[in-house]
Amino acid sequence: MLRALFALLFFQLAGEVTARGLDLPVPGPVIGFVLLALLLAAWPAARREIEPVADGLLRHLSLLFVPAAVGVIQQWGLVRTQALPIGVALVVSTWAALAVTALVFRAVARRLGLADAIGEAG
Amino acid sequence: MENVFQLWVYLSASPLLWLTVTLGAYLLAETIARAARYAALANPVLIAVALVALLLHLTRTAYPTYFAGAQFVHFLLGPATVALAVPLVREAARVRRLILPVLAALAAGSTTAIVTAMGVAWALGATPEVVVSLAPKSVTTPIAMGIAAANGGVPALTAVFVLMTGVIGGISVTPLMNLLRVRDYTARGFAAGLASHGIGTARAFQVNRLAGTFAGLALALNGLATSLLVPLILALWR
Repeated sequence: MLRALFALLFFQLAGEVTARGLDLPVPGPVIGFVLLALLLAAWPAARREIEPVADGLLRHLSLLFVPAAVGVIQQWGLVRTQALPIGVALVVSTWAALAVTALVFRAVARRLGLADAIGEAG
Repeated sequence: MENVFQLWVYLSASPLLWLTVTLGAYLLAETIARAARYAALANPVLIAVALVALLLHLTRTAYPTYFAGAQFVHFLLGPATVALAVPLVREAARVRRLILPVLAALAAGSTTAIVTAMGVAWALGATPEVVVSLAPKSVTTPIAMGIAAANGGVPALTAVFVLMTGVIGGISVTPLMNLLRVRDYTARGFAAGLASHGIGTARAFQVNRLAGTFAGLALALNGLATSLLVPLILALWR
């Protein structure tokens, strides 16, 4: 468990160093995610070590958003004066993005005959 | 009474209290969500935030005081983002086979997320500042704030929009996919992560591990796509 925790922190750190060093527009953890994926692809044995901790963290991903989301309520003043356009834009755009993404994904997969790979039915 | 007051003064200023409150509120929210059979509206983030916000309001606690304790939870967002590599590698063969649907959905979905947010806000009379700050609302907070800063938006405003988008997406993805009769977990998860980043991904993992895997992939890819697309779309817009 300690090794897995170390690996996650190490790759986040490596990501931060890469992002800052190369002045990339992508945050460190996202680079760390790519670096860890490369390591695990090259060295599958490491997966068994990291898997339990990674899965445990991801199972409670919702929890990690709570502190920042509580902060949003404090920012209500910023949003209040234009609440209507902002609220409508967020809802319409999120729904549109969800629908377009899922429908395009499925249509292309079906067209290419990949229906068996798109996963068990929900 | 004097002692109780002193104890409160001591505890309310220490990280321990608000860290415990955050975990407790989340556990309670999880229990409520489970009792509601993980119905979309019983979103654990939303319930936990409501509980914590109510408590902060009742005790007149300022957000920075709360965050001093809750930051330990917030910090784990970084390692959790790195951890998304694990399910991705586990499903590597499937991802490789589905690379074309993934890229097509990424291009279409990312463009839709940016253009519709800007277009609707602009049509309803939002200020240009707000319109630009809305553009990266579907991507994870640090990327979105960077995009806003680089393109004339207001990063603090963008951070608020990103979290609101996450909650809207997390709540609506299941009913919307059912309505559209999209049943495949790869497509559903990819849409959740693309449109509503980490909170959508958290919802996807709650429903199905394969959905969560594709949500995490979409979160990362859309971060990249949106950083490239926003300046391009703004150039066309202006």
